[in-house]
Amino acid sequence: MTPLSELFEKTRAENRAALIGYLPAGFPSQQECIDAISAMVEGGVDAIEIGFPYSDPVMDGPIIQAAADLSLSQGTGAKEVFSTLKAVASTGTPAVVMTYWNPIERYGVENFARDIAGSGGSGVITPDLTIEEAARWRDSVKKENINSIFVVAPSTKDDRLAKVTEQCSGFIYAASLMGVTGTRTSVSSSARDLVTRVRKVSDTPVAVGLGVSTRDQAHEVAQYADGVIVGSAFIRLLQESQSMGEGLIRVRELAQSLAEGVRR
Amino acid sequence: MTVNPSLDQSEILGHFGPYGGRFVPEALIEALDSLTAAYEAARIDPTFIAELDHLHKTYTGRPSIITEVPRFAEHAGGARIILKREDLNHTGSHKINNVLGQALLVKRMGKKRIIAETGAGQHGVASATAAALMGLECVVYMGEEDTKRQSLNVARMKLLGAEVVPVTQGSKTLKDAINEAMRDWVTNVDTTHYLLGTVAGPHPFPTMVRDFHRIIGVEARAQVLELTGKLPDAVLACVGGGSNAIGIFHPFIDDLSVRLIGLEAGGSGVASGKHAATITGGTPGVLHGTRSYVLQDENGQTVESHSISAGLDYPGVGPEHAYLSDIGRAEYQAITDAEAMEAFSLLSKTEGIIPAIETAHALAGAMKLGRELGPTATLLINLSGRGDKDVDTAARYFGIPL
Repeated sequence: MTPLSELFEKTRAENRAALIGYLPAGFPSQQECIDAISAMVEGGVDAIEIGFPYSDPVMDGPIIQAAADLSLSQGTGAKEVFSTLKAVASTGTPAVVMTYWNPIERYGVENFARDIAGSGGSGVITPDLTIEEAARWRDSVKKENINSIFVVAPSTKDDRLAKVTEQCSGFIYAASLMGVTGTRTSVSSSARDLVTRVRKVSDTPVAVGLGVSTRDQAHEVAQYADGVIVGSAFIRLLQESQSMGEGLIRVRELAQSLAEGVRR
Repeated sequence: MTVNPSLDQSEILGHFGPYGGRFVPEALIEALDSLTAAYEAARIDPTFIAELDHLHKTYTGRPSIITEVPRFAEHAGGARIILKREDLNHTGSHKINNVLGQALLVKRMGKKRIIAETGAGQHGVASATAAALMGLECVVYMGEEDTKRQSLNVARMKLLGAEVVPVTQGSKTLKDAINEAMRDWVTNVDTTHYLLGTVAGPHPFPTMVRDFHRIIGVEARAQVLELTGKLPDAVLACVGGGSNAIGIFHPFIDDLSVRLIGLEAGGSGVASGKHAATITGGTPGVLHGTRSYVLQDENGQTVESHSISAGLDYPGVGPEHAYLSDIGRAEYQAITDAEAMEAFSLLSKTEGIIPAIETAHALAGAMKLGRELGPTATLLINLSGRGDKDVDTAARYFGIPL
């Protein structure tokens, strides 16, 4: 069992949702990313998604695109992603990598899974890998005993939902709406419908992402989901802050506030 | 006949050997499945085929003619050179073939809004044209850099009633326009069709777009046979994403005596790193929803492409071309900016035909091949577009004051 799966057992026992925070590796810089993740964890984030910055992020809105561009311009690659993963996982916080498919394929599918496991990572979220193209990946994650997390969307039909969720372990990433990442003023009602449909076909924990940025939104999602994923809201605070010191304080505060939200 | 009568089993699943497939957010799968089903039904529906045929004849101006170019051929080793004149189509390039096919599908699917990406602007103009013809809302994403290089086409799209959105992310060219169109599509997929302009992207686009362009090769094959009594020795076409090339290649694939040659944009030379020759200088990878050759670095990040031709300035290529290259059925070569511009000038001055700069890459390839094969060879070139849109770029290149 991975640290991520243990976390969901714990949060289910505590009758609350897990709070999952996202940050791209190397943003704002290699060390500052690790510092910001520490601030998130100190504030109450339960698990971390480390983004592999990618040149063509079609699932991401402007906030994450800008963060990824900055990180890439500083030369972030697989080496930096794995060292960030190692740094986070070594503190005992469950950590996964979220990456578009091409960096995995370029690194070598088997090697990528091996190095996730070797760095103490719990698994990988693959937002643009369809189950039809995932045969090699399935074998690799199985061999390394890590979690394979696919994304499902409000448009995913029930029969397909069963097939995709069957491939998921750790948790199922439910996209709250039809769209890209970013902060939004309200969480789409389609999120609750989607989670309800997932529950009918799978016992795997379900975490909701896309558009969650406030305590109230986290609280709302925590009523029906096992996990709440927040990314762009943290990144935006770091982008807006005058100094890294200020950014870390604000990140910690947001994490605290969201952590209250996920406790029903 | 306007579409492909038969598909083999692997193509139904969207694969060409190890290439193709679908690498997209799950949110798009339902739309891609619906599109595949709509296309599979339309492909064999006599009503659809008749409607598309009617548009080809009465709107596009098909069949497009072929033109033999002996004065140009003097500079190509005296080989017999025949041009398939897609430049004479309405809107000035082959792009209209695919756009009309997809727009008819959009009507069948009951969607009211189309989005498109464009590099040189030819696909954007063709999409805006089809939208105007069929009463659809049209938004075209275009890299900011390209809106400057191709300002005339931006104006044309606006005159046709389309909204043009300059894309300021990344390299501000075609690849970033595709990213932005995909984001729009993920968000508005219920109401919107993404009218992808080339044989790349997730299944069913590579097969569907190819099938809409097959008419180029079907016509040209018959026309060349009628003119010369035999098949050509080689068929040449420029390759960016590869839609005009696959359109003319595909009906010749079983004619094993016919060499199929794709000319990629070599920019300042493949060795310089400043090029868009994806098969010649790239490696297998995934970009924009499909596995093919990609210009990428050791981390799998897409590398910016470079070409004087906005329409070829793309770091990916259609998956079927990747496959045809791997199995050796088609050859791919790089043509530099300088070689393309020489051919551009030559065709203009010897034949009175100003080609698109994209197309000039194919002409330059024919000049090389003609010199190699000599006067007994017959070469068929897809003259995929006309050069009106490139007058600015060409005038600057040749130092003609504007």
